[in-house]
Amino acid sequence: MTEPAARSDLDNLYQATIVDHDRAPRHAGTLVDPTHQATIDNPLCGDVVTVQARVVDGVVHEVAFDGRGCALSRAAASIMTTMVLGHDLAAARALAARFESFVQSAPDTAPPAELGDLTTFAGVRRFRSRRICALLGFRALLAAVASDT
Amino acid sequence: MTQCSAAARRYADHVDLAPAPRPSPWRHAFPALDAVVHGRRLAYLDSASTSLKPQAVIDAVVRVFTHQAGNVHRGVHALSEAATEAFDDARGEIARFLGARDDEIVLTRGTTEALNLVAHSWGRAHVGPGDVVIATALEHHSNLVPWQVLCAERGATLKIAPINDRARLDLAALAALLDHRVKLVAVSQLSNVAGTIAPIAEIVALAHAAGAIVVVDGAQAIAHLPVDVAQLGCDFYAFSGHKLFAPTGTGVLWGRRALLAAMPAWQTGGEMVASVDYERARLREPPYRFEAGTPNIAGVIGLGAAIRYLATLDRAAIAAHEARLHARLRDELAAQPGVRVLGAPEAAVVAFTVAGVHPHDLATIVDRAGVAIRSGHHCAEPLHHRLGVDASARASLALYNDDADIDQLIAGLAHVREVLR
Repeated sequence: MTEPAARSDLDNLYQATIVDHDRAPRHAGTLVDPTHQATIDNPLCGDVVTVQARVVDGVVHEVAFDGRGCALSRAAASIMTTMVLGHDLAAARALAARFESFVQSAPDTAPPAELGDLTTFAGVRRFRSRRICALLGFRALLAAVASDT
Repeated sequence: MTQCSAAARRYADHVDLAPAPRPSPWRHAFPALDAVVHGRRLAYLDSASTSLKPQAVIDAVVRVFTHQAGNVHRGVHALSEAATEAFDDARGEIARFLGARDDEIVLTRGTTEALNLVAHSWGRAHVGPGDVVIATALEHHSNLVPWQVLCAERGATLKIAPINDRARLDLAALAALLDHRVKLVAVSQLSNVAGTIAPIAEIVALAHAAGAIVVVDGAQAIAHLPVDVAQLGCDFYAFSGHKLFAPTGTGVLWGRRALLAAMPAWQTGGEMVASVDYERARLREPPYRFEAGTPNIAGVIGLGAAIRYLATLDRAAIAAHEARLHARLRDELAAQPGVRVLGAPEAAVVAFTVAGVHPHDLATIVDRAGVAIRSGHHCAEPLHHRLGVDASARASLALYNDDADIDQLIAGLAHVREVLR
């Protein structure tokens, strides 16, 4: 139904990893006793994501996300939780910064290996209006831990 | 015209179309539709966001910059006079289109600015503590937020006239809200989400009986319904040029002459003053009192050209064409697996959701099949919540759409299920 070039763009966008995290998100829901949380919205669509974390001695012991969103935002938030869990805030912030600059980079540049499963978002770089969807979860995480320097 | 026939032929080769597509006789006048999008024929189903522009409008705008490049109402030189004449003619076209007088046509940046003008000028002069403003549950943010802000500032109360589950206004409930404290009723003639048509004349009769004025948001209606302000009976009517095949940054506030004449200025500066000394200024009569600064000259002349273009067409044939396509769009969407159509749309737009698929993902995937639809809350977040959803996809029609556009959307929906496996 779709021309081959457009089709491969879509296949690159909705990678199996993304569809999987959308269907079965990890750490979805709320924490009982979060130390940090923030809610941000996507002005494009009114979607909302809340990220909660329980941080002990600078380390993320628990993390969860909640809210409503598209496949991209849910999958990105889900992968985010798996990658920051057990790491310290400095590492989480560094990952957030690296992912942000990756998503905003030119579509043909190679993804940095340290992004792990997040490299599955390489395809979103060809969909300018959808980049924000991929970034929402990390931005909520950064907002949640902003007070904790 | 055959400008888009190559793409259309390629499309026809791929897809078994039933019933046989009836091309829009007006499609050829809109060169943006010649675009090939992601390798596909463009199915533009987002005219409720902004309409495409016919060649006649594009030519008129280009002509402003090549032959009428002066400022308006200022210079005495040839370019200024040419611009002024074309600009004033456009105001006349707009007035005749609405069945109004030239001096009742205030030119604005769009519907939003027109409604803000009423809120700031009429609203601040007439709405005070204890008063009530009513907006309907169907309203776009631009016909809701100005009244929220006005009421908060003036110590007044904003009440919402409810709708039923078919997204139709509940007239009895509106009547129950009306009493002597109600100063203004704000209503959209055609909902940009639900596609429902408000009975303006009945609303006006109820509101006027209670002593309230009626402000109509005509942003969606203007391109689809006959609009004669005398027949509607309302007190203000606002619309945007860009949804009427004219450039963005143009809009109109029609107001009753007596109301406009008694209203204070809202933005001030050049053009809107009769005489100025260092201490004070004497304001001009409407409409100029409400048009501070150099206007969107090319845009307004483009709006005049859009109305002239429409005047050359058979409006009854357009209405019949749109009605048939709208019924088909609504019914075929409703028949798709997992699809819920919001409300009971009567014209121009159909908003819908697909179970398990976020509207943004839907819109991105059908875009790659050449189909342009809107996704999100369409600047009507409270209405979406009232209808029990956070966001929706919206397909909307204009005279240049045809059966092939609907076929392409329906085919795109099948593809959505495939991509999201």
